[in-house]
Amino acid sequence: MRASTKLGFILLLTPLLLWLSLLIIIPHIDMFLVSIRERVGVREYETSAANYLTFFQEPLYLRTFLRTAVMSVLATLITLIIAFPVSYYIAKIAKGRLQAVLFVLCLIPFYVSELVRTFGWMILLRETGLFSNLLQWAGLADRPVEMLYNDAAIMIGLVYTSMLFMVVPLVTTMESLDDAVIEAGYDLGGNGLSVMREIVIPHATPGIVSGSIVVFMLSLGNYLTPTMLGGKDSLWFTELIYSQFIVRFNWELGAAFGFLLLLLSSLIVWGMLRLTGQTLKETMG
Amino acid sequence: MPPDPDCPDLECRALTKRFDDFAAVDDVSFAVPAGSFFSILGPSGCGKTTIMRMIAGFLEPTSGEILIKGKPVLDVPPNKRPVNMVFQHLALFPMMNIEDNIGYGLRRKGMGRAEIARKVDAVLDRIGLPGINTRKVEELSGGQKQRVAIARCMVLEPDVLLLDEPLGALDLKLRERMKVELKALQAAFDTTFVYITHDQSEALVMSDQIAVMNAGVFEQVGTAQELYYRPETAFVAGFVGDTNRWAGRVERVEGDALELRTENGILMRGAPHGRGLRAGDRAEIYVRPEAIRVAHDAAGVEAFDNRMQGSVTTLLFNGAASRVLLQPATGGEEIEVALPQSGEFADTQKGDALHIGWAGAQGNCFAAGTGPASASAPEAG
Amino acid sequence: MIPTIPQSRAIRLAYGAYVGLFFLYLALPLSIVAVFAFNDSQFPSLPWEGFTLDWFFGDARPMIGVFHERPILRAIGTSAFVALCVSVLSVAVGLSNAFLFNRYDFRGKGLLYILMLLPLVIPGIVLGISILVFSSTVANGLWEVAEYDVQALRPGLTLVILGQFSFIATIATLVISARLQKFDRSLEEAAMNLGAGRLTAVRTVTLPFLMPAMVGALVVAFLMSFENFNTTLMLVGSDAPLTIAMFDRLKEGSTPLLNAVSLLLMLGSSLLALMVILFQRRS
Repeated sequence: MRASTKLGFILLLTPLLLWLSLLIIIPHIDMFLVSIRERVGVREYETSAANYLTFFQEPLYLRTFLRTAVMSVLATLITLIIAFPVSYYIAKIAKGRLQAVLFVLCLIPFYVSELVRTFGWMILLRETGLFSNLLQWAGLADRPVEMLYNDAAIMIGLVYTSMLFMVVPLVTTMESLDDAVIEAGYDLGGNGLSVMREIVIPHATPGIVSGSIVVFMLSLGNYLTPTMLGGKDSLWFTELIYSQFIVRFNWELGAAFGFLLLLLSSLIVWGMLRLTGQTLKETMG
Repeated sequence: MPPDPDCPDLECRALTKRFDDFAAVDDVSFAVPAGSFFSILGPSGCGKTTIMRMIAGFLEPTSGEILIKGKPVLDVPPNKRPVNMVFQHLALFPMMNIEDNIGYGLRRKGMGRAEIARKVDAVLDRIGLPGINTRKVEELSGGQKQRVAIARCMVLEPDVLLLDEPLGALDLKLRERMKVELKALQAAFDTTFVYITHDQSEALVMSDQIAVMNAGVFEQVGTAQELYYRPETAFVAGFVGDTNRWAGRVERVEGDALELRTENGILMRGAPHGRGLRAGDRAEIYVRPEAIRVAHDAAGVEAFDNRMQGSVTTLLFNGAASRVLLQPATGGEEIEVALPQSGEFADTQKGDALHIGWAGAQGNCFAAGTGPASASAPEAG
Repeated sequence: MIPTIPQSRAIRLAYGAYVGLFFLYLALPLSIVAVFAFNDSQFPSLPWEGFTLDWFFGDARPMIGVFHERPILRAIGTSAFVALCVSVLSVAVGLSNAFLFNRYDFRGKGLLYILMLLPLVIPGIVLGISILVFSSTVANGLWEVAEYDVQALRPGLTLVILGQFSFIATIATLVISARLQKFDRSLEEAAMNLGAGRLTAVRTVTLPFLMPAMVGALVVAFLMSFENFNTTLMLVGSDAPLTIAMFDRLKEGSTPLLNAVSLLLMLGSSLLALMVILFQRRS
């Protein structure tokens, strides 16, 4: 490399390295180190697996962890099932101006804070909310109905909040499918179902995978929606992390929880990529 | 009841497609006999793709009837029609390997795995690409993809194979080779091909019958030779092959010959071939560059009833297809003349004086204003 | 399936209805928030007590409007400051990264690219606590060594900015890289051929080409920072950005004041998004 090229290279490389090392890599290593120490006295620590043992011995922690994982998977699936037909409609059926308008309409709600979106669902679902009043007005209920503070409400909120991150990659991948390929499928004797199964879905796989990864991640790491929409019995794992850090001030246990959450999300993302033969680079980049 | 051997594989009756006020296809009728190679040739936007998509079932005609092997198919959805289509950009399924692409239609018919594998191997043999079963689409060359796209349709043994300008994306050399290959494949499969193209050379080389289409209607249907030697309309005369054109007024008609005075005052003999031109009519006369004889002296063109003398203004050397542009001594537009490559004219240069002549029967005459707009000759394919 | 494939009318209608319902579902929570900003009542819920603008302009208890509610105004200011810092920082680093990955081949490039993508698949709350833990480690270390307390390393706006930047930078990098990949290198060569130096060529040809992507990335980064909650929650100190301030109020019980703030947020972000669309159409 010429000297000037080399200088340019170093100048461009430095911010990247600073960012990744100081804000991503080292903090996570440090978090792991904190998670494997145990306080034995004032400012005295020992390396031990005590925090992880606590996690496995306390049923509440383990149960919450598994519940969060299962519900996040469920939220991802529901989001995919709802978003797929809509994305297909935008990508392949709507044409010209209608297509552009529908796509922008999909984006708009997500330029607004998640807090506002969740707040909207609270107004709709609570005892004095719109749905409850509608039910009473229609004679389907004779007193106010509380639809907030349960798992279904969490699910509604999670699906709503994640919708954009599923629709955008799906629309983008399906738009790139040439109409002639779909026509060829029909021309050769295929019907709606087989064209969908053998042509559209395989083509949309990168979009499905990247959408699912992001939605799963956002659900798993969500704090706001479960806190606002969930009830006493619907604890989310992030709430445990928050309470260890901010309320109990037990950072060691909190860091262990954080590390476990990271491990779980990495495992599922990795598994999803392996299962569909994709790489992180092609799905996220 | 055995099928009627005379029944055409494909027949369109009074086929019309309107988009709002615009008639993309206007009352077109034709029949394609079994086992033949039928081309629809026309400039882009003439409606040929519209016809093809109506036959395939991707577009519903405004009126008219389409019959395949004598049976009306308009109520049959595209996935049940006994026609298959080779798409313009082939539309091979990028998410499947070659074997799965070719087997796709067979799987739709519910055929067993072993049977499919056997048929796929057989058709790959037939297109000369055995053993590429598990290759990916993007690993094939342009010509190979072409053949796979045809094979994918042919395993289904369709009554009619539609081809939508499939050679358009190939480079020139490969296109020349594929023309020959396609014709051979058609003969080997013995299936009716309906081929649409804007490239006259593709149509002329491969087809048994060609329909020349313009502005939604068929101008003429015939063999390549018929279109070339006996164009029935000025459009066909201008679109198929290259041509010189003069406009003028008919002075005298005598049987199947006439005399025409061009706008520059040159008197020419031509033939209306039964198109009923009368003295005083405005008309155009079309003469192909290769129908004109060139000689170094007047004696060489004595036998012709149209004779001229001129000097070479431009030499367009192109091997076997070499031509010269000649400025006639009598004035008027330059004339394009084919230069025989038998050696006699090898030293022709700009400024040389040459004699030219052609038979009156070679000058096709049409009533004025019926030819292709302004452009005297479309680009040669 | 696609318009050229004949399809029965019933199926087409059902499909259209489904898409319609979907957009209703998208619009419902936001419209309801907006509508109740004008309810003349202490609670953002039915019954409808009449139309009022007091939740925007009211200045007397109990109906103090947004424009007279000091803490909310201050929180908006804090959020805007944080968002500005994060977006400028992200676009600068994103631009640098885009050039690095587009123009240089070096050992470990693939690995660095993957690492660059990682923040997208790390839950936001984990990003928050890891930065919190690390900065405390450093701050405590400094205290023990030098008896000096670095305020910037304790929960507060600096950490909030760094925390948000840590994943928004990835998004800026991706947006700018995508456009840089479409850039025709021969344009730069043409500029140099016409006498421009290397840097001048980049400044006069490449950067103007990247402008739409940079503006797009800037706005997206600004909005993402403004609405971020999870990472911010773990790093926030005494100055709460808007989402945190609203969250705290929401826990105590909601008044239509929150609806009014939300409506303003919606208007603001739609306006920004619209500006980006117009800007990108023009160039």
